[in-house]
Amino acid sequence: MKRVAIAVAAVLLLGAGVAAAATVAPPKGPVSISLPGDAGMAFKPGPGVGAAQASCLTCHSSAYVSTQPVLSRAQWTAEVVKMRTAYGAPITDAQVPPIVDYLTAQYGKP
Amino acid sequence: MRKIGRRRFLAGSVAALGASALPARALADSVQLPFANGERPLLAFPQKRPLLVLSPRPPQLETPFAVFDQGVYTPNDAFFVRWHLSNIPQHVDASAHRIAVTGEVNTPLSLSLADLAALPQVEITAVNQCSGNGRGLSAPRVAGGQWDNGAMGNALWTGVRLRDVLDRAGLKATAKQVQFDGLEGPVLPTTPDFRKSLDVDKARGDDILIAYAMNGVPLPLLNGFPVRLIVPGWYSTYWVKMLSAITVLDHVDDNFWMKTAYRIPDTPDNSVMPGATGFPTVPINRMRVRSFATNVVDGAKIDVKLQELRGIAFDGGSGIKRVEVSLDGGTTWRDAALGPDVGKYSFRRWSASLQTRAGQTYTIAVRATANDGATQPATQGWNPSGYLRNVVEMYKVAVG
Ligand code: HEC
Repeated sequence: MKRVAIAVAAVLLLGAGVAAAATVAPPKGPVSISLPGDAGMAFKPGPGVGAAQASCLTCHSSAYVSTQPVLSRAQWTAEVVKMRTAYGAPITDAQVPPIVDYLTAQYGKP
Repeated sequence: MRKIGRRRFLAGSVAALGASALPARALADSVQLPFANGERPLLAFPQKRPLLVLSPRPPQLETPFAVFDQGVYTPNDAFFVRWHLSNIPQHVDASAHRIAVTGEVNTPLSLSLADLAALPQVEITAVNQCSGNGRGLSAPRVAGGQWDNGAMGNALWTGVRLRDVLDRAGLKATAKQVQFDGLEGPVLPTTPDFRKSLDVDKARGDDILIAYAMNGVPLPLLNGFPVRLIVPGWYSTYWVKMLSAITVLDHVDDNFWMKTAYRIPDTPDNSVMPGATGFPTVPINRMRVRSFATNVVDGAKIDVKLQELRGIAFDGGSGIKRVEVSLDGGTTWRDAALGPDVGKYSFRRWSASLQTRAGQTYTIAVRATANDGATQPATQGWNPSGYLRNVVEMYKVAVG
């Protein structure tokens, strides 16, 4: 509550074109938050969804996939390759085709 | 779809996610951004008001654009959020936090926040903008975080000069770059940790800060509590959050996030033909000049009684010299009035009188020119990562 009041005061001062007071002490003590996690998000159902769930949700939410523009098979292939080579996703050669098929069918164009 | 989404967005009301028989309370609010797959839930994360969720894990949260109409400073609880790796501490003790300074230095240091308090305090107002701000509008579109233009914000940052910290450690003659690491980490050890580097001369500049306050209060945890690097005029990829290690290198940093990611074509305007390959690249750096109208929305109706157009402009640190507006899509221009100057790295507010006729449609355009002479292009150059967007913004409006 106090923090909010200080913030409002600082912004009001600045809005009036007055420089803020010179001293702001560095923070002390802990701050804790609780992130909501994937909050009810899921991959679209379809053939191969299990493979995508097993390989593509370790490091980030499914929103990384679902918010992309409609990508071609070549572009989805490049994304899966990038996850392996650049980010070290543990995906075997045999797992790549079913995942690319799934992504192209549900989030892409042939 | 687009018009409705944007109009609802400005009005501050929201569209329901999906049609279903669920009770209204169970439906999440959402916003439709002006591109395909642009539906975003509006959710309040810790220490934040409801923002547009691009991803919950790691959190990527976009500021609703109407916020930029409300003042030159972006409130902390509305400030956009962008993390790369999902292993983000959710409990951070400022009193226990340390910044390690090692590498090509005479005296390695482990600094507490109390140690920082002993150095001269500096404050600076600066825009923090994601390299990919506006990526969702790239044509042709590219893979990556699909932001509209709300991955930016302007704040008063308070802290100490990085140079004062480096001087306390004492740089060796071999020092070439300074690398920054924060508490954010990868989920799997095979993913490269997120680290960014600046040349020594850049790092020793007057305006590079280690900031412990944002708009006069501690940073929200999701914006980097307890300390983050501030690199005014440069894209936010360098503004490392939860700063915990400063390593002075005797070589040009070759880690993934410098050598492979966040690169722009090394061509005259940093653009290439879509699909081009094999061109040289350099690390992204200084921000391009941009301007926006903040009280009109593309595709929306305006009231004939609206007599003022207003907005914001900024660049990579030379400051804004001029803002012009057009009502005919950029054929004729006239000068807008600039608001108070709160610093060369800040948003600069502008306004212009507006007279319209009922029943007419107008294409409003806004163009800023910076003190270094740079201005905004009429057409946007393309690059494979959708960086550096700064095309003249257009707003088609119908007068109701
Ligand atoms: C080992 C961790 C890891 C795994 C497993 C992983 N990714 Fe990623 N992914 C990343 C990282 C790291 C990024 C970049 C994060 C950022 O910049 O926000 C990323 C980004 C993306 C993006 C955004 C576009 C881009 O190129 O940056 C897409 C799409 C994506 N991943 C899809 C996938 C798919 C599909 C899978 C399953 C085949 C997958 N990911 C599995 C780590 C992973």
